[in-house]
Amino acid sequence: MQYTLTEEQELLRETVRRLAKERVEPGARERDEKGKFDWEMVTLFRENDLFGLDFPAEYGGSDAGMLSLIIAVEELSKVDASAGLLIDLQELGTLPIMLAGNEEQKKKYLPKLASGEHLAAFALTETSGGSDVAGFRCQAKKDGDSYILNGSKIFISNGGVADVLTVYALTNPEKGGHKGAAVFIVEKGMPGFSVGKKEDKMGIRWSDTAELIFEDCRVPAENLLGAEGMGFHIMMKTLDFARPGIAGQALGIAAGAYEYALAYAKERVAFGQPVFNFQGVSFKLADMCIRIEAARHLLYKTCAVYQELPKDMSRLSPEQIRLSAMAKCFCSDVAMWVTTEAVQVLGGYGYTREFPVERMMRDAKITQIYEGTNEIQRLVIANTLK
Amino acid sequence: MKIIVLMKQTFDTEAKITLDGQGKINRQGVNLIINPYDEFAVEEALRIKEKHGGEVVLVSVGADSVQEALRQALAMGADRAVLINPEMEEVDEFTTATILARAVSGLGYDLILGGWRAIDDGSAQVAGRVAEILDLPVVNQVTKIEIEAGKAVATRDIEGGNEVVEVSLPAVLTAQKGLNEPRYPTMKGIMQAKKKPMEKKNLADLGLSADQAAPKVKVLEYFLPKPRAAGKILEGEVPEAVAALVKALREEAKVI
Repeated sequence: MQYTLTEEQELLRETVRRLAKERVEPGARERDEKGKFDWEMVTLFRENDLFGLDFPAEYGGSDAGMLSLIIAVEELSKVDASAGLLIDLQELGTLPIMLAGNEEQKKKYLPKLASGEHLAAFALTETSGGSDVAGFRCQAKKDGDSYILNGSKIFISNGGVADVLTVYALTNPEKGGHKGAAVFIVEKGMPGFSVGKKEDKMGIRWSDTAELIFEDCRVPAENLLGAEGMGFHIMMKTLDFARPGIAGQALGIAAGAYEYALAYAKERVAFGQPVFNFQGVSFKLADMCIRIEAARHLLYKTCAVYQELPKDMSRLSPEQIRLSAMAKCFCSDVAMWVTTEAVQVLGGYGYTREFPVERMMRDAKITQIYEGTNEIQRLVIANTLK
Repeated sequence: MKIIVLMKQTFDTEAKITLDGQGKINRQGVNLIINPYDEFAVEEALRIKEKHGGEVVLVSVGADSVQEALRQALAMGADRAVLINPEMEEVDEFTTATILARAVSGLGYDLILGGWRAIDDGSAQVAGRVAEILDLPVVNQVTKIEIEAGKAVATRDIEGGNEVVEVSLPAVLTAQKGLNEPRYPTMKGIMQAKKKPMEKKNLADLGLSADQAAPKVKVLEYFLPKPRAAGKILEGEVPEAVAALVKALREEAKVI
């Protein structure tokens, strides 16, 4: 198992750090204020080949592994959490195809997703909630050589901008949300598929979050991933593989806020000296440093374990499932704590929009909520301890 | 077309310079980068190669740590790299240029590019010296290069305007800011870079003796600028404040 970063990963980190600082950070505040999806960022990440870091080489990806992806997500999220999320969502939305897709499906969809020509989204959550699968209503009824989708999804990241969406739907409602579900590949523009309400959010404000509406949406049967009844298993494994991405985003937010607060504390003078000289401030920074380092180790270890696993439908061990849930839960809790303390270090300035830490604090909150709330993560972890 | 890029590794532009106990520049923990002007040269070489075909070879003088910078330029798309470690405590522009010229002459070239200066010592001598040793024309501070059959048309910055010059190839051209916007290496490029050849040489490999390359300039002392003292605001009515100002200028600042 990999422990230290490879030379390539170090250079990737340096490169993405520089790109983030030169090209992403300058517009971060404005994008947050506007709250509108930013296609220039998509172009930038396409040009620099950041969408396909963890995609297989045979489908146009870099085949650089999950840890490389997470390093890039982390570095981008340091300056703009929505930017880090953008490349991570490509992985999330595509994972069902990588895990359960057949050769034709992979050939058809992966290359344009690897290059970023197409954007991906994963559509699971319904009004009943994201984790209460039993309450799901979105249905897919077989009709000849296609399925007819009816229902809606909410809070779908990239929902309004994605070209390729992997959608969880019930093929056999009598069997319920667990046993009667499947995952379908839906393309933007398929008749009967439309985008509904866009969410106006507290944080990650320029990341697109939308409602998806399916009204007699006809999806070719060849777009079914795996088989009917496999949906729950595909969805769970997708989330197991995707949680480190959110952990990476959270870690980046935390590290960005910490670095900003540290530099500020060394510059800001009060009572005749930099506020860093006061233990009330420096101890906060020490605690941030401890938690971020611990979070990073847990996450990198998780990535090192996951990138050795085959991306197929084989079962994960309880230890593997637990690692991914712990990384997501811990990194996001650290992000919330660190960003809150960073605002405190900056005092009144930290509370204003002139400084980025209040944005980071707003951005951090979602990482405790989406891709399974941290309460659900604890449930997942506890289940592996039974 | 064979393009040589002369490259130097320098301190990061944001590095905080400190001196060690011996009064030397402290290199501990400093982030190192490709000299930004050399990075323009690398980018331009890649663009010329993409348009006209050929090979881009990086040549650098320095310690083993320079491999990182070379690896980065290889990741951008250069084909191979040569690093010559002079194994000397201190080098000057003469040393560097002598070594580079010898290395380059062994490689063969149609065009030699480099930054017009390095951001650390800022001497702006090395590329010009290499041209002199190799008996090549040199065009400094170019902001645009067009390659035509056997010649280059270069636009360069001059006081208050631009100058367009034509030069026969081979020639040495040095990059100024504005020449291009360097690309970032992609992960694919980074992964390929490891497989690209990086030759490490010493003076003997080039047939040079330490004497032939010995520096002619010796640094006597490094010192940091004095930290700026805080400003002073004179308060009170204008006539009194003016009087206090004149007094301060005469007695404290000693400028009148």
